[in-house]
Amino acid sequence: MTTLLDVQNVSKRFTMGGIFGRKTIDAVMDASFSLSSENPEIFTIIGESGSGKTTLARMILGLEDPTEGDILFRGEQVDRHAGRAERLKFMSHVQPVFQNPFEAFNPLKQIERYLESTARRFLDTSDKAAIDKAMDDSLQKVGLSLKEVRGRFPHEMSGGQLQRCAIARALIPNPPLLIADEPVSMVDASLRMSIVNLLKSLRDDLKVSVIYITHDLATAYYISNRIIIMQRGRIVEMGDARTVLENPEHAYSRLLKASVLSTDDAGAGKLGTDPTMLDQANNSVGRAGELVARPDGRHVRVYA
Amino acid sequence: MTQENDIILQVEGLKAYYQMNYFGVNREVRAVDDITMTMRKNEVYGIAGESSSGKTSFIKVLAAAIRPPLRVVEGTVKYNFKNGPIDVTTASPEQIETVRWKHLSYIMQGSMSVLNPVRRIGRTFQDFAQRPLGLTGKAFEDRVVKHLARLNLPADVLKAYPHELSGGMRQRVTIGLATVCHPEFIIADEPTTALDVVVQKEVLSLIRDIQKEMGASVVFVTHDMSVHANVADRVGIIYAGRLVEEGPTRQMFFTPKHPYTAHLVASLPRIGDTQQRPALEGRPPNLADPPQGCRFHPRCPLAVDKCRKEVPPMIEVAPGQRSACWRWEDVKPLVNIAAPAGAMA
Repeated sequence: MTTLLDVQNVSKRFTMGGIFGRKTIDAVMDASFSLSSENPEIFTIIGESGSGKTTLARMILGLEDPTEGDILFRGEQVDRHAGRAERLKFMSHVQPVFQNPFEAFNPLKQIERYLESTARRFLDTSDKAAIDKAMDDSLQKVGLSLKEVRGRFPHEMSGGQLQRCAIARALIPNPPLLIADEPVSMVDASLRMSIVNLLKSLRDDLKVSVIYITHDLATAYYISNRIIIMQRGRIVEMGDARTVLENPEHAYSRLLKASVLSTDDAGAGKLGTDPTMLDQANNSVGRAGELVARPDGRHVRVYA
Repeated sequence: MTQENDIILQVEGLKAYYQMNYFGVNREVRAVDDITMTMRKNEVYGIAGESSSGKTSFIKVLAAAIRPPLRVVEGTVKYNFKNGPIDVTTASPEQIETVRWKHLSYIMQGSMSVLNPVRRIGRTFQDFAQRPLGLTGKAFEDRVVKHLARLNLPADVLKAYPHELSGGMRQRVTIGLATVCHPEFIIADEPTTALDVVVQKEVLSLIRDIQKEMGASVVFVTHDMSVHANVADRVGIIYAGRLVEEGPTRQMFFTPKHPYTAHLVASLPRIGDTQQRPALEGRPPNLADPPQGCRFHPRCPLAVDKCRKEVPPMIEVAPGQRSACWRWEDVKPLVNIAAPAGAMA
C-alpha cells in the first residue's frame, strides 16, 4: 500500500494584532492523518468556523507553510517555495474547489476561459482541438458539456451549475486528489444534493480521493468514508464516518450532532441546546489531552 | 379580538416587476408574480425558495424598499400596525418613515457587509435607532445596553469594530439593531446562512425567543428547509416568482401537496440515513422569459400537457394548506421522513 498524502504532526501558528494587543493563534495543532492511493475515499474534515479546517486544507494545497510538521504528497514534501516546474507538477495532482462559485469565477470572463487556461497549462499544448476535447471530457464527468458552457458568463448559470464547472476545471489534469472547501454551503438547497452526489460518483467511478471540508454533518454522514472532527485547531475525534457520527464520543462531537436541525418534529419549534453539553464542549478548548485509539477503530481525544 | 384585528399583513395579487429600458429595448423581469397571502399577529412565517426565485424582491416590497427598476405593477401590501393601517405600495415616503424600524423592521443578510466596517458598533446603533427611539445620550445608551444584554452581548461590543467580533456575535448585533425599537413586524432575510451549525442554532433560538417576548410577527426567509422545520409556524414556498404552496409547517413536511415542496423536503440528508437522495435536475427558470403554464413543469416529474398550457390556481387542499398544482392529489412525499428509531438521539 502506498500513501497518497501523509500529514505528519502538522501545526500552524498565526501572529496577529487585535484589540488586546498582538497575539498568536494556533490555527492547527498537531494534526496527523494519511490517505492511501489504492482505495480512493472521501475524507471529511468537520468543524465550526475558526476550527482550523480551512488552514489545514491550505497547507495541504501548499498555499500556507506549516509552522511545524511535514506534509508529504507521494513521499515528497509539499513546498510552495519549490521551483515552478515542481509546483506545476504538484498542482496537476492536487486541485482545489472553493466555497463560493460566484466569487471563484471572474464575472467578466467567460467560464470556458478558465477551463481553457487550465487545460493549456497542464496538457502543455496549444492545439485547439486537444484543449477542447480535454474541456469537454471533464465537463462530461460533471454532467455538463462544452456546448452548454461555451460563451457563457458566470451570472448566466445557477450556483449548482457553476460549482460543477469549478469541479470540472479541477478535474482537467486528472488529479488523484481533490480538495473541496465547503463546496455546497453556498449552493441552493435543491441543487446541493446534485453536487454531493457528484462528489460521490467522482470517488466511485473516477477513483478520485476527495478531502471534503464542511460543517454539515448530514452530508458528511451521507458520503464520507472517514472523518476527522476539529475543535479550535485540535483533532478531537477521528475514524470511520458512520461509527463516529452515529455515536460520537467527544463532548464537542456530541454538541455538533445535537446542533443539527432535525426535521422529524417539524413545526414543534424545539430549539434549545442543552447548556451542560455546551459547557462540556467548551471545557475541552485549549486543553492538550491526547488522542487515544478505541476498539472500534476511532481515535478520541481524552483529557487527564 | 376579532378575526379582522388579528391580521397584521395582507398581500393581495401582488405583482412587482423589474422594468428596464436601455437603448430603446424594454426588458421586464417578473420577479413577483401574483402573490396573495395573509399573516396573523405573533406568527413566524417561513418563506423558502432558491436564489433567483424572486424571494428577495418579494421581501423588498414587504419592507417598503421599492426602488426602480423594481416597480409594483398590481396588488396591495397592507399592514395593520398599532398606529394605523398602511399600504406600503401607495404610501408616501413620509408615511413609510413613520413605521420604519419602529413597526416594520428588517434583519439583513450577511452581517459582515451590513455593518459599517469603519464605524464602531455603538455609532452604528446611534445612526440607526436614535431617531426612531427619540432618546439621546445616556438614556439611549442605557436602552441599547439593556437590549444587548438580552441578546447575551456584553456592553463592550458597542466600542468594538465589526471585524473584531465573531460571525455569531455580528449576527446577534444585526438582530439587536433590528429589534431595539420593539417592532411589530420583522423581516429576517437568511439570517443564519453563513453561520455554522452550533452558532446557527443559537441565533435561531434567539430570534424565536425575542419574537415570543415582544409578540412580533416574523417573516423568515431561507432556502434551508431544516431551519423552517424548527422556526416557522407556517411555511410558504416561492418558485419562479410565484407562491406555489403554503401551509402549517408540519403539514408541509409530512404531506406536501406540490412536487417542488416534496422535493425540497426529500433532498434534506439526515444522519443515520444512507439511501441515495434524489437531486432535482435542471435549474430555476429565467424570470425574464418564464415558461408557459405552471412554471415548475420543465423540472416536474408529474407534468402533464395541462401543466404546460394553463397556470394552476392556488386552491385549498387541506385545512390551512394551499397549493398551486394541477396534480396535487398525486403528490406523495418522496421519502419516508419518519426517523429510524434512535437515529437522531
